[in-house]
Amino acid sequence: MNYQELIRQTALNDERIIVMTAENRAVLRELPPVLGPRFLDVGIAEQTLIGAAAGLALRGRIPICHALAPFLIYRAYEFVRTDVGIAHLPVKLSSWIAGFLSEANGPTHQAIEDVALMRAIPGMTVFCPADEADMLAMLPAIWASPDPAYVRLIVRKTDYTHAPFEIGKAEVVAQGTDVTLLVYGLLFDEARQAARLLEQEGLSVGLINMRSLKPVDEAAIVRAAQESKRLITIEDHLLTGGLYSIVAEVLLKHRITADVQPLALEERWFRPALLPDVLAFEGFTAEQIARRITLPIWV
Amino acid sequence: MTTVSSSPSTPAELASLALRVREHILRLSTDGGCFTGASLSCADLFVFLYTRFLRIRPDGLQDPERDYLLLSKGHDVPALYATLVELGWMPPERLQNHLKTNDLIYWHPNRHIPGVEFHSGSLGHLPAVGLGIALDIRLRGGPNRVVVVTGDGELDEGSVWEALLVASAYQLDNLIIVVDRNHFQANVRTEELIPLEPLVPKFEAFGCAVERIDGHDFAQMEAAFSRVPFQAGKPSVIVADTVRGKGVPSIEARADRWFCNFTHEEVEALVRELRGEAQAHLTSETLTVR
Repeated sequence: MNYQELIRQTALNDERIIVMTAENRAVLRELPPVLGPRFLDVGIAEQTLIGAAAGLALRGRIPICHALAPFLIYRAYEFVRTDVGIAHLPVKLSSWIAGFLSEANGPTHQAIEDVALMRAIPGMTVFCPADEADMLAMLPAIWASPDPAYVRLIVRKTDYTHAPFEIGKAEVVAQGTDVTLLVYGLLFDEARQAARLLEQEGLSVGLINMRSLKPVDEAAIVRAAQESKRLITIEDHLLTGGLYSIVAEVLLKHRITADVQPLALEERWFRPALLPDVLAFEGFTAEQIARRITLPIWV
Repeated sequence: MTTVSSSPSTPAELASLALRVREHILRLSTDGGCFTGASLSCADLFVFLYTRFLRIRPDGLQDPERDYLLLSKGHDVPALYATLVELGWMPPERLQNHLKTNDLIYWHPNRHIPGVEFHSGSLGHLPAVGLGIALDIRLRGGPNRVVVVTGDGELDEGSVWEALLVASAYQLDNLIIVVDRNHFQANVRTEELIPLEPLVPKFEAFGCAVERIDGHDFAQMEAAFSRVPFQAGKPSVIVADTVRGKGVPSIEARADRWFCNFTHEEVEALVRELRGEAQAHLTSETLTVR
């Protein structure tokens, strides 16, 4: 099973599904002959992609809009907000190469404020699976929901076996009393290895795969804050508006004071390169993550 | 399914209906006001479309074969409400709720009001939304037509042309774009800011079949709309030349009478002027830019 196969099976079983793209067909290339007119490529026209998706949704369809993250939601942001958001239509935004996954494309292609912008839209739901298996576990529920949704796609594989997915629930991989790592998307795997390194140093380490950033699993965040001495938010996103902000909002709402250390991008775009080099340059390899948070104030 | 029964059909009947629609628009132009000029310019088009062209009934919105009318410029919504009231789709007393928090009747359309297909106000959106509706009609197979009314200043928005490129590529001859060509954008004449002419060849170059008519002449509307789609496999565009503020000479074709918020006395004077009596003497502030 992969992303394309999941779309194919879902669409063949549900005629409401329309697959749309703005000429980003690389991972959808086998779908046009299978879906026929239910595969709609509007060309390099993201505003029209989203507006037309809204029109299709008004007629009872569930459009899955697949495009490169920055163009899907930045070029078309006002269409997402105004046509999909205001009407609360079940348009599913399939966001390709968000965050560090844009690798060497450069800042034009870096969607590192996507979570902030998408969660600012009333009624929009936001999901960031950790790896391909996680994504395949999450997409059916996301597509079946009546809500508009934004999904950071990921087709990288890891050896982690994920729990079943439920919208609004995080996957608590481990609980720890010293530190809990809260992470989403491709950095899950680095965080998981970082947790192992920290455990080898004798720390009790929790790890949470956030999965659903809106709605967010407030209970999981609160419990981690109460059980751990420190929370670490890890994200390939700007510091503003992403997971660090979400955690801050949740803790403030529940009147909990906690020691929270963010690992995020601060007020700049990341250095374009192939992914392993991006991680190393920006300080997000497992070893670097572990090192950045082994300056413990609790020792 | 047929056009609204008991609908007026002669030009004189249509003109009489349009006069009543314009009176509603003027009466909405106070206590906060509305986009009077831009509503008056498309009043005849709405009257024609609802009585002579669109297959839509207030009790038939679930009809799978019904047509769609999308107001892309949005700020012309007083003309729509007035038309819906005159056709009996909307209780007239509801217009008393204009700009009140107890209803949803404000300066731009809200789709929860029966007869409003979709919200608008941000220009350049509904050609794309209409394209999506037209695509679905094509997918399911149906006689429905999708009419999108745009402003002319709205044509500055690139998204209009983007949607036309795609509509043309998908050969959507069930999509009809009607341009309310009143020759003004918000505060200035279009040709003095971002010239749009020649419009017909522009639309033709984007793959559309185009007709240009007088948007206040019901006979010309009848002749044009009775022939859509103008060409099989092409979206139809009707460029309707209109006059902003049409019907009320003291505010016709004036750059400073786009959004109007008149006193009650001025409204009464303008209604008399609309009916052919003396020209109103207007002292209220002009060009209340929103």
